[in-house]
Amino acid sequence: MGHGEEDGVLDPITEGIVRAINLILSGDPEVYAITALSLFVSICGTLLSCIWSMPISAVLAFRNLPGKRALKGLFNALIGIPTVALGLYLYLLLSRSGPLGYFQLLYTPYAIIIGQCVLVTPIIVSFTTSALESVDPEVRTLARTLGASGLQTDAVVLREAFWGVVLAILAAFNRAFAELGVAMMLGGNIRNVTRVLTTAIALQTAMGEIALSIALSIILLGIVLSLSIIVSLARRPSR
Amino acid sequence: MTSHIETLNITKTYDGLLALSQVSVRAPSENITAVVGVNGSGKTTLLRLLAGLDEPSKGTILIDARGVTAEELRNYCTMVFQKSIMLGGRVYDNIAYGLRINQIPRRDIAEKVKSALAIVNLDGFEKRKARKLSSGEQQRVAIARALALERAVLLIDEPTANLDPANTTIIEQSIKEAARSRIVILTTHNLPQARRLSHRAVHLYQGRVVEEGETASFFANPRDERTKLFINGELQF
Repeated sequence: MGHGEEDGVLDPITEGIVRAINLILSGDPEVYAITALSLFVSICGTLLSCIWSMPISAVLAFRNLPGKRALKGLFNALIGIPTVALGLYLYLLLSRSGPLGYFQLLYTPYAIIIGQCVLVTPIIVSFTTSALESVDPEVRTLARTLGASGLQTDAVVLREAFWGVVLAILAAFNRAFAELGVAMMLGGNIRNVTRVLTTAIALQTAMGEIALSIALSIILLGIVLSLSIIVSLARRPSR
Repeated sequence: MTSHIETLNITKTYDGLLALSQVSVRAPSENITAVVGVNGSGKTTLLRLLAGLDEPSKGTILIDARGVTAEELRNYCTMVFQKSIMLGGRVYDNIAYGLRINQIPRRDIAEKVKSALAIVNLDGFEKRKARKLSSGEQQRVAIARALALERAVLLIDEPTANLDPANTTIIEQSIKEAARSRIVILTTHNLPQARRLSHRAVHLYQGRVVEEGETASFFANPRDERTKLFINGELQF
């Protein structure tokens, strides 16, 4: 990774853009490793969370439960949980003296994945529930008149809400990919082990490497924006 | 082949409000039965019960004189709604959906979709986006979707409300075609349409059957005073 030798030649933003392009084109191994780890932990965190978030969403959207409104309100409220606070609680759980200390997960990528799973669960649950509930209720009635079973009726509603669910997953991934608190507190920003884009940006900024921070942030933003654009293009407006 | 469907003294209440009271109606096969009445008279409630979407609070629904549950009814009946509901995707997907979930072999689905579209004059519409169609075309797709299932009973709720005359004519022809091989029950407050299409007519008023009979005599010589007023457009509700 470079160290800002061009300081004073260009302003930090222009230099950051130039350096981002250079870093990407030159195949800087450390930048690629940081980016790959960021993608890995965020994708794993998001997909793992889907395993329980999707069924929870389906239950909240399709079934009548006591306390359903309160539960939905709780998940909505948890969307805004400060990542540092969440990181702290999970740190206490995973630290050597904590209840899960035995597994020695702290300061490993797995700890970041666990943290991101927890972080994005409220996002996936809230957005997916909302997407499922926004499907015209008459679709359910229609499916039943065509002979659909209970599960088939749920499936057709899920199919109608497909793009809403995709957007929920995308929002969750973006949140995981761009968060700092959990990655910093559970990963520790260890070079070549747990350093991800956000923790690297924080470190480089603290060290005064503004241009390099900007370069890394451009990579971060580029990935987030590219994914959003791909999903927007794939989404057919007539659905 | 199913010969008739009938309701026996069915009553339906929603949250304590009476929607239908002691309704007994009989609809034979290869006939169109029109259920007429002012808004709020219970027409749609009756269709929803016949479709197996709701359970009657009291009374029984019989098919060929055998009492059937709501779940069983869904295997005999299908329903077309006043506001057509299109699933996302193509017209083909909309019509094929019901066939797929009823385990119709894949090789037969394309043929059935094509035949159903021909009945509603939408030949070649398979690849069109369903939600991009006009409301009249969507209603015709909804009828085709119901016909493709080949259920014994077709229930149609206000099929041409707010549609232009061209679509209305095509839909009425489709309903007549459908009635050649099944029981058709349609609700409407369009009396000329009921007169044109149906063999039998039932007048629902405030959740009760006030008159039922052959369409010709129903309109020419109504026995009930409320039916006379309704036909003359003078019934207060």
